[in-house]
Amino acid sequence: MELFTPDFGLVFWMFVAFGILFLALWKFAWPAILKGVDDRAEFIDKGVEYAQAAKEQLDNARTEAESYINEARRQQAEMLREAEKMQTQIIEQARSAAQVEAQKVMDNAKLQIQQQQKEAQQQFRNQVSNFAIEIAGKIVHNQLQSDNAQNALVDAMLDEIEKNN
Amino acid sequence: MTNLRTILTALIVAMITSLTATATSSAEPESADSGINPKEIIFEHLGDGYGWEVPFNHHHRIPLPVIVWASDGLHCFSSARLSHGQEYADGNCLFRIGGEDSAYKGKVVEVVGNEEIRPWDFSITKNVCALFITVLLVCGLLFWLASYHRKHPYKAPRKGLGAIEVCVTFVYDGVVKPILGPNAKRFAPYLMTVFFFILVMNLLGLIVIFPGGANLTGNIAVTMVLAICTFLATNLFANRHYWKEIFWPEVPLWLKAPLPIMPVIEIFGMFTKPAALTVRLFANMMGGHMIVITLTLLIFIFSAINPVAGGAATVVSLIFSIFMLLIDVLVSFIQAYVFTMLSTIFIGLANEEHHSHEDKEEKQVTE
Repeated sequence: MELFTPDFGLVFWMFVAFGILFLALWKFAWPAILKGVDDRAEFIDKGVEYAQAAKEQLDNARTEAESYINEARRQQAEMLREAEKMQTQIIEQARSAAQVEAQKVMDNAKLQIQQQQKEAQQQFRNQVSNFAIEIAGKIVHNQLQSDNAQNALVDAMLDEIEKNN
Repeated sequence: MTNLRTILTALIVAMITSLTATATSSAEPESADSGINPKEIIFEHLGDGYGWEVPFNHHHRIPLPVIVWASDGLHCFSSARLSHGQEYADGNCLFRIGGEDSAYKGKVVEVVGNEEIRPWDFSITKNVCALFITVLLVCGLLFWLASYHRKHPYKAPRKGLGAIEVCVTFVYDGVVKPILGPNAKRFAPYLMTVFFFILVMNLLGLIVIFPGGANLTGNIAVTMVLAICTFLATNLFANRHYWKEIFWPEVPLWLKAPLPIMPVIEIFGMFTKPAALTVRLFANMMGGHMIVITLTLLIFIFSAINPVAGGAATVVSLIFSIFMLLIDVLVSFIQAYVFTMLSTIFIGLANEEHHSHEDKEEKQVTE
């Protein structure tokens, strides 16, 4: 059968032609094409990945922003509460400080009053004793108007000193 | 609706052709039936030739160079000098194309005395010429694509180039990468070249006029060379594991020693793979061509019997041969794909890593 016997010439040329074709494409065409195809595939993959990441980040950013806002609100509330607390505290402190001060002033006043009372008492006592002595002197003067009465008193006194000695 | 119109047109054409056929047959009776020899015509179309047929003319062919290494050296002349059974004396040697009763029918022979000797024939025959056209075409297409990729990185080509690129990615991402894995880069140039080469040869073979029409992939020499290339690629780059599997496979001892039953089978298998590749492509493409030619010839055979039957056969065989040609376009692609895929699988098997087996077993154990 003619169809089933390979022709020498065709086999020869086939080897030559296919060899040349293969070498030419291997050297000049396939590296560029395969690199192009691979690079593009990688580029697309990366692009998709990047887009996914970006979307994720965007979603995250939204939730993050929300959480930040919530946090800010919470802090604000806390600060307000703290301020209120501080306010009351300050008022309380002021009040207690004022009380202490007032107490001090009152105590001082009391002390001074006592002092003055004592002084007044002392003065009063001195005056009373002065008055008493004056009165007593006047009475004694009145009683010792006569010489007899004076002698009698001196005698009595001398007797008393004699007795004591 | 359009279907109905097509059928009606076909029927009308059939009637008209049969009517004209009756007219012509009554005008010149009994002249055509002696001329048709279907076997001759089929084999002429399937086989090779020293000239290229031109449409609508049986006597003139595009002459191609004949290059032969005869008894006294190299001879090179146009095949036009040998046409119609002429003898041609180039230098001291007399050449002619072997006739009907010759042992070398249709081939250039050197006539020495009364004997015909077949010289070493390097002629640029129709098939060789088609081969060169294919090589130029494939080179052109792929250089075009390569230059596009150099100029426009990260950009996908459109239109014609896009179609080529679809084929590239179809084979590269669909066959080469999944089967070869890390070795893909190494063998891809060969496999992709084979794919495009076969595809372009197949498709050119389906075009009936000049740049096409040669039954290249339906020629066993072409498919054999391609299969030999795959055989070389498989065996020259095979790893140690592949050779161990051939000469000392993992089978019970009595199968490999003292009588090497398995190694013999494995070595036989080394050669059946390329043989299968050769025959598969060759038979598929030759079969396709043969069916189309036979269907076309039916017209002439029926016309020779009865003009009316010839008219009817024209329509039927036209429809069928168009259908067959469309299928052949599909087959062209499929056969190129199958050849590439099988080559990839053979190369992949020869490069399989040894530990993959053990890994699987270990995995199963751990599971």
